[in-house]
Amino acid sequence: MMEKMIFGRFIPGNSLIHQMDPRAKISFVFVFIAIVFIANSAITYGILLGFTLLVVFLSKIRLYFLINGLKPVFILLIFTFLLHIFFTREGDLLVDIGFIKIYEEGLRQGIFISVRFLVLVFITSILTLTTSPISITDGIEVLLGPFKRVKLPVHELALMMSISLRFIPTLMDETGKILKAQMARGSDIGSGPVKDRIKAVVPLLIPLFVSAFKRAEDLATAMEVRGYRGGEGRTRYRQLNWRLIDSLSLVVLVGLAGILVYFRV
Amino acid sequence: MNSIIMSFENVTFTYMQEDESVKPAVNDLSFSIQDGEWIALVGHNGSGKSTIAKLMNGLLFPQTGKVEAMGKLMSEESLWDIRSQMGMVFQNPDNQFVGATVQDDVAFALENNGVPHEEMVVRVKEALQQVKMADYLDHEPHHLSGGQKQRVAIAGALALRPRLLILDEATSMLDPQGRMEVIETIRELRKATGLTVISITHDLEEAALADRILVMNAGEKQLEGKPDAVFRSGNELTNLGLDLPFSMRMTHLLREVGIELQGEHMTEDELVDELWTFYSKK
Ligand SMILES: Nc1ncnc2c1ncn2[C@@H]1O[C@H](COP(=O)(O)OP(=O)(O)OP(=O)(O)O)[C@@H](O)[C@H]1O
Ligand SMILES: [Mg+2]
Repeated sequence: MMEKMIFGRFIPGNSLIHQMDPRAKISFVFVFIAIVFIANSAITYGILLGFTLLVVFLSKIRLYFLINGLKPVFILLIFTFLLHIFFTREGDLLVDIGFIKIYEEGLRQGIFISVRFLVLVFITSILTLTTSPISITDGIEVLLGPFKRVKLPVHELALMMSISLRFIPTLMDETGKILKAQMARGSDIGSGPVKDRIKAVVPLLIPLFVSAFKRAEDLATAMEVRGYRGGEGRTRYRQLNWRLIDSLSLVVLVGLAGILVYFRV
Repeated sequence: MNSIIMSFENVTFTYMQEDESVKPAVNDLSFSIQDGEWIALVGHNGSGKSTIAKLMNGLLFPQTGKVEAMGKLMSEESLWDIRSQMGMVFQNPDNQFVGATVQDDVAFALENNGVPHEEMVVRVKEALQQVKMADYLDHEPHHLSGGQKQRVAIAGALALRPRLLILDEATSMLDPQGRMEVIETIRELRKATGLTVISITHDLEEAALADRILVMNAGEKQLEGKPDAVFRSGNELTNLGLDLPFSMRMTHLLREVGIELQGEHMTEDELVDELWTFYSKK
């Protein structure tokens, strides 16, 4: 289950989308989220869906892989779809079997909401799938740059994010080790009533926290020794470069918004 | 070129000074290190070695006495300047890897010191070549072995082109092969650049490679001298809880059973050489 989940995963590649500047991609996603709400008819939702599939195609990420990885999301999707179908009482009556009554407007709303949801999930997944976490962090740091004026610790937040990302695999390994060590001492996490299982997690978490604090302390020392004293006067090793396709992608997005407004009813 | 790069003058440091019962971790310690030397700092657990390392780069300040580095007195003002001229590598390879990938980590100290981007690219490459990790630019830390991570940490220190490299038990968490990789890297670096190295270690075979050994005991300097001189005081070392290198113990044991070997042997190769020529020489 976990292996198939694609939330927050990064698939390296060299498609057009992979090569885009993270700043462009992040802005793109945010503008896109706003644009989605312009759509209000079959045609406009159709255009959105088509556009999204085009983006997926350009990213060279297989549609099957995307759908397979988003299975849990689909359960949510079906649930909201059914909710709309059963509880909207407008328009012509389409189906009438005893207590189940489906109206035309309900069906319409259900489909629209589902498409909207799908399109949003696809586009955000494409962002995380085609951009390495460190690039996303870099992009966010630069995009939030102006907020430094209002004393938002942008550099520190970005550094925190990148260090957390870097330590996830280390802490995962450690959890595995502690788990085995506790199992060797007879602790049983995989079975029994829920209450017992929750209790069994405590001896796992405590050593994990202790070691995480130790690591944090060591890391702080290592950073200080290497001359770290905050964001001031620092230069950046990673450079972002904004190219023509990045500007074009945003132009395309504006075009999309225009088309949607035109076909809106 | 014989200038002093680091010196301690009657340095005393106590953690938790308020508590009377706590003994000083470093007690009235004086020594000095020449530019280009390789010093090994040995001593049992808790003898104050890491504390000395922290005093050397201003993570701690002595309560009495003076620490001088790169010809400057260690103080709040000179601290960052001194630090930018020395690198330090710690014991745990995982807990000192700051960057997301090898190249980010090596660049970290450069970023902190405001080195321009073009210069950084050159220096990162160069430093990674020096430790033979140039093919791993984009690797993530959890895909590297312990020895490789330590070499990246050394590269991270070297990128700043320091005059002094301090290794605080940098090889102690590694397997024998990883340890060999790191020691070999240091040897070659010294040959190529004449870097001053202070290595803190439990491993006397590693210490045997140094120009000079400082033996610490309970915060005080017990012995100091060239490796063969220090090792000749055999019993004194054993009493401090330190093991002689295997080849030297072997030589002593062979002498005990009446085989009259000539010299002291710091490496296994030397011992083997004497043994296989033993009869022919007679
Ligand atoms: N942060 C600290 N707070 C209080 N006491 C400390 C602290 N760090 C070290 N000490 C004490 O100072 C003494 C010297 O410790 P130090 O870490 O310098 O020893 P060491 O020679 O590096 O030992 P090891 O070989 O285990 O690394 C020890 O008695 C130790 O308990
Ligand atoms: Mg220590």
